[in-house]
Amino acid sequence: MTRVRKYHLTLIGVAALLLVMSLVRIITGENDITSSGTFNAALLLAVPIGLAGLGGLWAERAGVVNIGLEGMMVLGTWFAGWAGYQWGPVAALVAGLLGGAIGGLIHAVATVTFGVDHIISGVAINLLGPGVTRFLSEVLFKEGTRASAAGAGITTSPPISGSAWTPSLPVLSDGPDLLGKLESTHWFLLSDLAGILRGLTHDVNILVVLAVLLLPLTYFVLWHTAFGLRLRSAGENPWAAESLGVNVYLTKYVAVVISGAFAGLGGVFLVFVSNKYVEGQTQGRGFIGLATMIFGNWRPGGLAAGASLFGYASGLQLRSSGAVTTFFLFGAVLLLAYLVIQVRRLLAADRPAELAAGPARQYTLMAFAALGMVVLFWLWLTVEQLPNEFVFITPHVLTLLVLLVASQRLRPPKADGVRYRRGEQH
Amino acid sequence: MPAGLNRALLTVAGAVIAIVLAIAISSVAIIAAGASPLDAFAAFFDFGESARAQSNGVAAFINRAVPLFIAGLAVAVGFRMNLFNIGVEGQYRLAAIVAAYVGSTFTAPAPIQIAVIIVVAALTGGLYALIPAVMKVTRGVNEVIATIMLNYIAISLTSYLVRGPFAGQRAAGQLTTTTPELPESAMFPNLNVVFDWFGALPPTRGGGLQGFLLVAIVLGVVVWIVLERTRFGFDIKASGLNGPAALASGVNPKKMVIAAMVMSGGIAGLIGLPEILGDKGAFNSNFTAGLGFLGIAVALLGRNKPVGIAIAALLFAFLDRAQGSLQFAGVPSSVVTIIQAVIVLLVVVANEVTNRLALRLEERRAAQQLGRDNPVEVTA
Repeated sequence: MTRVRKYHLTLIGVAALLLVMSLVRIITGENDITSSGTFNAALLLAVPIGLAGLGGLWAERAGVVNIGLEGMMVLGTWFAGWAGYQWGPVAALVAGLLGGAIGGLIHAVATVTFGVDHIISGVAINLLGPGVTRFLSEVLFKEGTRASAAGAGITTSPPISGSAWTPSLPVLSDGPDLLGKLESTHWFLLSDLAGILRGLTHDVNILVVLAVLLLPLTYFVLWHTAFGLRLRSAGENPWAAESLGVNVYLTKYVAVVISGAFAGLGGVFLVFVSNKYVEGQTQGRGFIGLATMIFGNWRPGGLAAGASLFGYASGLQLRSSGAVTTFFLFGAVLLLAYLVIQVRRLLAADRPAELAAGPARQYTLMAFAALGMVVLFWLWLTVEQLPNEFVFITPHVLTLLVLLVASQRLRPPKADGVRYRRGEQH
Repeated sequence: MPAGLNRALLTVAGAVIAIVLAIAISSVAIIAAGASPLDAFAAFFDFGESARAQSNGVAAFINRAVPLFIAGLAVAVGFRMNLFNIGVEGQYRLAAIVAAYVGSTFTAPAPIQIAVIIVVAALTGGLYALIPAVMKVTRGVNEVIATIMLNYIAISLTSYLVRGPFAGQRAAGQLTTTTPELPESAMFPNLNVVFDWFGALPPTRGGGLQGFLLVAIVLGVVVWIVLERTRFGFDIKASGLNGPAALASGVNPKKMVIAAMVMSGGIAGLIGLPEILGDKGAFNSNFTAGLGFLGIAVALLGRNKPVGIAIAALLFAFLDRAQGSLQFAGVPSSVVTIIQAVIVLLVVVANEVTNRLALRLEERRAAQQLGRDNPVEVTA
């Protein structure tokens, strides 16, 4: 018998999730739950968050807490907009990367060289990013400048010249568009699968493809190369790394600069989506990226799951504000599944005495789950439409709930946020 | 020279160097923008032409410093025990709208009315901060992430409340939504008297010199006493400096997390009150935002001590006030934010450098003294 691995569990989990989503769609008749439009939007919304999260991952794996991702992302958006209107998308990409990397460099100088508390330096960078970009806008985009003639304002850059390439998967999502046809039949499960696949392959910006590829690339570099091992050792135990001849300072510098570049890339992506720089475009995505990284247990796979969850919740909200109420039904179904599993376990087991001590706690937990299920189901039946503000916070509430359930299994790098000085092993 | 004095001198020198460097960096930025740094620095001290404008400038400066000071205090209480309450932003906005609404539902004699509003604000902030505290204590959820998420939730919730359940009568032609007007008895008396003592004209804009200044001062003293002169404050400090040691000496870490977080949130609840009770008389959609995040910077700059926070709040308010005069002098006003961020960054860097220097000097001094006073006799 083959061992059941994490990989198998993930596959089973995804299949079960798909089944539940399909079921919920059939019950509620909200086709947007698995429509290609929703997934297309979800992908666009998940990518910048995921990129910010990857930025956080690089820094924290090397032991530097990076709460300044937001500020670095802001720098990325401005530089992308500024370079983009003059020299096109490629220049925007490069400039945004550099802008974010400069933010990362400042963070590295403060935390690694001067040993400043990582949170403090991050807060300062979050103040600095918007301040510097606003200043640059006021100088370079003001009335009477060349940019202003091209359509800039104090809070926006001119539109980017040229556009990025958006390929689709031939035959399946384009041309004959087989998946699209299958999706519009609204068959159980099949159409859902088609909708999801089409959403992920139709008119995909080339930058999305790049960004998604960065995920396995990060995994490979951090977990399967010598450099990655050194980087992670700097985050787990820098003194041990030092004793083995790793240049911890240099490693941390590289990691934090790359971290900033990733955040900047997230910013570039936002600029590409709206085709220009707009002040306040990031809307706290740097922070949310940080949350997805913690949510993902400081691993690329979990991070991707977190970013997808965020992207999906926001995408669904964007497509149809009524569809969000189905999350109530979704939650109720999940709680029901949990209850069924628990009850079966209780009934099946003539359990050993030492395990019988637990049930009091377990019964309260189950009672709460049942109560929650009833409340959620009732909410789904009665609430027609949520106010927009409540819809907007869906992803944040979901993150909090997932953290409540899962956070005790999280394991951050051991020396994350620890001040390291060469030769100061205590 | 005694070690303590040595260290204090170094600290002051560090701060001065940091501020001089910040000025130098921002001067470079101003020159790059094609303006003169001298004009810019003149603008910081230019409070206006007429006597009335000068009074208004001074009042605006103090009025800005008060909420920054309270925000800094709120953040500092958490920072003292390495508890990062990033959620001050959400806590104060939610507390402000709840307090403004509750205050508008009844009328009582002024002292009672104001006291009730203050208590409601503190309770709301404290209860909202209780959520991340309980999540941390029972489920081990990182408070930084929890408070960031709760910020978004609180901000959305307030914008829903001001539009929906807590909305009051909107005046004709007004675009801003607002809570019902507070009764006259809820308005905190202003301190324009102070201007008379100095023979200046009383300020007219922004409700004059807001009386909440007095509450802030009392709050600062209370926080100082609690943190520096009580067992509770000591426990907080001990938990922050060395958690395991505090635990071993009988401090319950879970209780401390909850107490510190709720205290921080309770103080945060008061941040919005000067504006509501001293000027606007209601919570509207133009309510000042971002004070919670600035409070983090103020607390860091003030090294989490009430006196330091007061100085930092005054510095930030002084810089913020000049935005108008800077624009007038043809300097991009966002240079203020750059100066603030650079000062925070450089001051913490300077702290680190002076700490290292002081340590090295102290080591050298001790070594010298050992060598002179008490030579080690080595006998074969």
